[in-house]
Amino acid sequence: MSRYFRAEIAENRPLGKDYGILTFAPSETAVEPEAGQFYMIGRCAGKNGVSLIPVSCRDLRDPLLKRPFSFFRKTRTGYQILYRIKGKWTAMMRDMKQGSSLHVLGPLGNSYPPLPKGHTPVIVGGGLGIASVFSLAEKFAGSAYIFYGTRTTEELVMLDELKGFAKRLLISTDDGSCGAKGCITDMIRNFGGEDPAGMYTLYACGPRAMMAALDSIAKERGMKGYVSLEENMACGIGACLGCVVKTVTGHQRVCKEGPVFDIGEVLW
Amino acid sequence: MNFSVEIGGLKLRNPVMTASGTFGYGEEYSEFVDLNRLGAVVVKGLSLAPKEGNPPPRIVETAAGMLNAIGLQNIGIERFIKESLPFLRGFDTPVVANFFGDSVNEYAEAARRLNDAEGIGALEMNISCPNKEAGWRVFGTDPGETSTVVRAVRKATRLPLIVKLSPNVTDIASIARVAEDAGADAVSLINTITGMAIDIRTRRPKLANITGGLSGPAVKPVALRMVWEVYRAVKIPVVGMGGIMDAADALEFILAGATAVGVGTANFINPAATLDIIEGMEAFMREQGLQDIGELRGKLEV
Ligand SMILES: Cc1cc2nc3c(=O)[nH]c(=O)nc-3n(C[C@H](O)[C@H](O)[C@H](O)COP(=O)(O)OP(=O)(O)OC[C@H]3O[C@@H](n4cnc5c(N)ncnc54)[C@H](O)[C@@H]3O)c2cc1C
Ligand SMILES: Cc1cc2nc3c(=O)[nH]c(=O)nc-3n(C[C@H](O)[C@H](O)[C@H](O)COP(=O)(O)O)c2cc1C
Ligand code: FES
Repeated sequence: MSRYFRAEIAENRPLGKDYGILTFAPSETAVEPEAGQFYMIGRCAGKNGVSLIPVSCRDLRDPLLKRPFSFFRKTRTGYQILYRIKGKWTAMMRDMKQGSSLHVLGPLGNSYPPLPKGHTPVIVGGGLGIASVFSLAEKFAGSAYIFYGTRTTEELVMLDELKGFAKRLLISTDDGSCGAKGCITDMIRNFGGEDPAGMYTLYACGPRAMMAALDSIAKERGMKGYVSLEENMACGIGACLGCVVKTVTGHQRVCKEGPVFDIGEVLW
Repeated sequence: MNFSVEIGGLKLRNPVMTASGTFGYGEEYSEFVDLNRLGAVVVKGLSLAPKEGNPPPRIVETAAGMLNAIGLQNIGIERFIKESLPFLRGFDTPVVANFFGDSVNEYAEAARRLNDAEGIGALEMNISCPNKEAGWRVFGTDPGETSTVVRAVRKATRLPLIVKLSPNVTDIASIARVAEDAGADAVSLINTITGMAIDIRTRRPKLANITGGLSGPAVKPVALRMVWEVYRAVKIPVVGMGGIMDAADALEFILAGATAVGVGTANFINPAATLDIIEGMEAFMREQGLQDIGELRGKLEV
């Protein structure tokens, strides 16, 4: 079982204007991912057949580095990621066909910690952050409040599935085109919960400003919470020190100590 | 077939080393690479006291390369000796401790501490750092500073001493000669080339530190030229690095005069890159009917 493997694209389907869901099937037995973990995904060259020299990296020079993507969901045919077309690699990814190969490193990083006894999970996805918390929502099977906020309706994805996983699905869009108008954090601030005496644990992934606002909400209400962070990465395995974030205990690597951090430990 | 080489007294089973800062303290990659197959493991740059490094973002990809501004974050020599070295001692591969300081004394003291630790095969001093006692002039870009600091370190250690040169100079061969005269057993090059990248919408630099070090395929032609210049200028062995992604790249460095090579950024693209490169070089030697890797060293035909 290796965490570095070749995988074949089992399916790559566009989702809305700027998103896609890619399913990859590892060529060998892979390590099972947990909610919150991620993969480093890059192109695959194979051998070139011209000389005896294995083509490990030749012709893979632009884009150069692998890119991190959250484990989204497991299906019958493989493991899925939900991606947004942002730059070089994700634009190429969109055009990749079923049957083409990828190099995958992972699953990497830590995962969302288990729910404390007697707590109710509150899952928060801001924009693409939904990719990271999706499989967690699936795992909580009907017991979680799911807050999902994006800029506009077009960016909301997988709503039927999320509705199926949620105790309640609460939606907001910046332009009010679906659900409440405004920030998802405003909704959470005003959220009493069906059980006012209840204890809630937050699991959140989204833009930095959203998570910083959640931190102050969590502090005001004495809530526990976990957030998944992003930083530009090179190695993905803790070696290059490129992906650090500031925390109360100094710099921590998103790829190794994270990507999931205790919300109170992050310095925003 | 003889694939082994010697760098200033340090024997390597093959010429492929890791480049400092791209391979952590070895343990991070041990899941993907049998460390026993490497020529040497060169660890992340160490200083006497732990260093927090630069604020993020620290990494950005550029055309066929990447900029990094890690800021030499490291756990410090004491923790390295206590926590990382025991793991590396479990392998039959020489450990090269890369280190730096911000004054001549700090360099010398760091070298002394590493010299006394068990399980270190050689020292590599990174001189691409500023001297706080000389108006923050970078040691490796000023011949006088280079000479002083290499001499001080030479006195502080009996281990083979590799001096890692900065490419941010007009005449790298002259700095290499200064290092040789000051007692270096070998030189390694190149360290990263200072560069920057700008986000045109925010009008801000893409790295929090504004500038960073360029590495990867983009720097290879520059690195190769410098290795060739240095090879002709000094008698001590040269460790060549900069943009080596596969065996063909590594062989170019050997032809330009390198005795051994360092593999850096390629580890990020393929965590087993070092092994692929070793296998590819061996295959090439068989293909060419070569008995000894030394038959290629410096054999550039001009
Ligand atoms: C732990 C983790 C999980 C992630 N999960 C997902 C996911 O599930 N789906 C998804 O679409 N994206 C995810 N991302 C972000 C994703 O890695 C970037 O969008 C991707 O690297 C962009 O690559 P590109 O070549 O298309 O863009 P580039 O051409 O590299 O750059 C375009 C823009 O993306 C930014 N960018 C580059 N690398 C990163 C990065 N590592 N993180 C954030 N921004 C970056 C650049 O600064 C630039 O502004 C995740 C990032 C991390 C760190
Ligand atoms: C993320 C990163 C960290 C580095 N850290 C160090 C370091 O601590 N000390 C050092 O001497 N060189 C350091 N380097 C430079 C490399 O060892 C090497 O000289 C350079 O990257 C060129 O080789 P490459 O193109 O194969 O990466 C670092 C390079 C990178 C990319
Ligand atoms: S990406 Fe290299 S340490 Fe996290």
